[in-house]
Amino acid sequence: MYKRNKYKVKSNKKIAKNVYEMILEGDTTYIVRPGQFINIEIDEFYLRRPISVCDYDSETITVIYKVVGNGTEKMSTLKEGEILDILTGLGNGFSEKASGERPLLIGGGVGTPPMYNLCKKLIEQGKKPIVVLGFGAIDEVFYEDKFKKLGAQVLISTVDGSYGTKGFVTDIIKQLKDYTYYYACGPKNMLKAVYDIAVGDGELSFEEKMGCGFGACMGCTCKTKNGDKRLCKHGPVLKKEEIIW
Amino acid sequence: MVDTNNEKTYDLSVNLGDFKLDNPVIPASGTFGFGYEFEDYYDLNILGSISLKGTTKDARFGNPTPRIAECKKGLINSIGLQNPGIDAVIEKEIPRLRYSYKKKVIANISGFSIEEYKECCEKIDKVEEVAIIELNISCPNVHNGGMAFGTSPEAAKEVTKVAKEVTTKPVYVKLTPNVTNIVEIAKACEEGGADGICLINTLLGMRIDLKTKKPTIANKMGGFSGPAIFPVALRMVYQVYEAVNIPIIGVGGIETADDVIEMMLAGATAVEVGAANLKNPYACKEIIDDLPIKMKKYGIENLKNIIGMAHQ
Repeated sequence: MYKRNKYKVKSNKKIAKNVYEMILEGDTTYIVRPGQFINIEIDEFYLRRPISVCDYDSETITVIYKVVGNGTEKMSTLKEGEILDILTGLGNGFSEKASGERPLLIGGGVGTPPMYNLCKKLIEQGKKPIVVLGFGAIDEVFYEDKFKKLGAQVLISTVDGSYGTKGFVTDIIKQLKDYTYYYACGPKNMLKAVYDIAVGDGELSFEEKMGCGFGACMGCTCKTKNGDKRLCKHGPVLKKEEIIW
Repeated sequence: MVDTNNEKTYDLSVNLGDFKLDNPVIPASGTFGFGYEFEDYYDLNILGSISLKGTTKDARFGNPTPRIAECKKGLINSIGLQNPGIDAVIEKEIPRLRYSYKKKVIANISGFSIEEYKECCEKIDKVEEVAIIELNISCPNVHNGGMAFGTSPEAAKEVTKVAKEVTTKPVYVKLTPNVTNIVEIAKACEEGGADGICLINTLLGMRIDLKTKKPTIANKMGGFSGPAIFPVALRMVYQVYEAVNIPIIGVGGIETADDVIEMMLAGATAVEVGAANLKNPYACKEIIDDLPIKMKKYGIENLKNIIGMAHQ
């Protein structure tokens, strides 16, 4: 179930290199699972910007986005109190039930945000998640402390080795054993690498250029073993066993 | 709708031949899925009708992604006629829409050969929920089909004729603007027996990504739609209205009730709203809600009376 509503910008601040955290106030009742996304209208831009939900409660939605183009650049200039037109409740999200006792949560860059609410929910359910986050360099790292505060074990990699393990998330994952299930979100090449080396079942969240964000335009369709899927509606999360690379 | 302040009644109804619509607003094919994607947003029964996603004989995955590129005042799409095929549309999609939509729909049919158009029209002819067949001879995103029929008057006439031979349902031919002379194509369709004309489909366009220095869309080019194309669509509706004696569905960049009125003044009996649905899922509802207000503003009591009024 998805709806359009108006949201007030409560805060919008830089938290790492080119990465911003924005907190929005408004109706959150249509967000039902971690891993879903919202679609934000930005003045002067024709299409909305789909951004994954990092966290939400009964009154606020937290999103984290990277400035990658003119639209997100404009978004980064939004001030407290500004009103935005947003579609919420989009996408399928992660299935928490599959996690087992010790799930592995893998985030690459701005693939990290959806792991936060998932981690929170899993810890509330008494699970013991391991969080593996990958970034380019130390100045891009964010949310390490927030995950630790939830009570998760957090392991970080940077490509240049300026923080944590040098290399990619997969350099950490291949050392890990005994995780019960995995969840991953990040760039496609990271997802493929994780898919190739992670053990057991899991689910992966994909990104694609979208027109509408709610299944109408068929702009973001991909092939899966369960037939063609619109990533905005039947995704962005796909189960490991249905993915065709 | 009754205006209680000055007790005037505003009549929004229009007739596409024998098909009576409560209002002229129809979501355009390709921007509204099979309808039910929008059922969470509002009661679909307020719509004049719904033009379903373009359907072909066989199921199609469509083009590689990325299929979407943003533009100023619009977007380019290169979906490539993704659809589950005519049989699944009849057996699954139309019955699924029935849960939330009780009125009749417009079936948009596309093909890669005359035989494919014929087979799809034969099959859809038996579907009670379908009021009109919209013959899509204008898709810019598939090779050796779609638009190939819409750029030649002879081919347009031929495919129209074949469709008319196999169905008793009204056939409206959806035309591409990517031609030198839209009027001769429209006339050829009328000669072929078309019951109406629907225009325009998207304009062929492209974008290049400044970072990768490559075309933004995987298929390089795609169909440009959105408010930027409204003047082109309006001009073509105006020209075709002067040349044919069959109803016109005007489509291209419509976003507001003002646009609907303007398109009807140019000669459209009904309109289709396309790209606006993707940006604002409530677009059609907002236009329908606003129409009586704008009719009052412009002194229009009956929308039917303004069709083609700009020509008088």
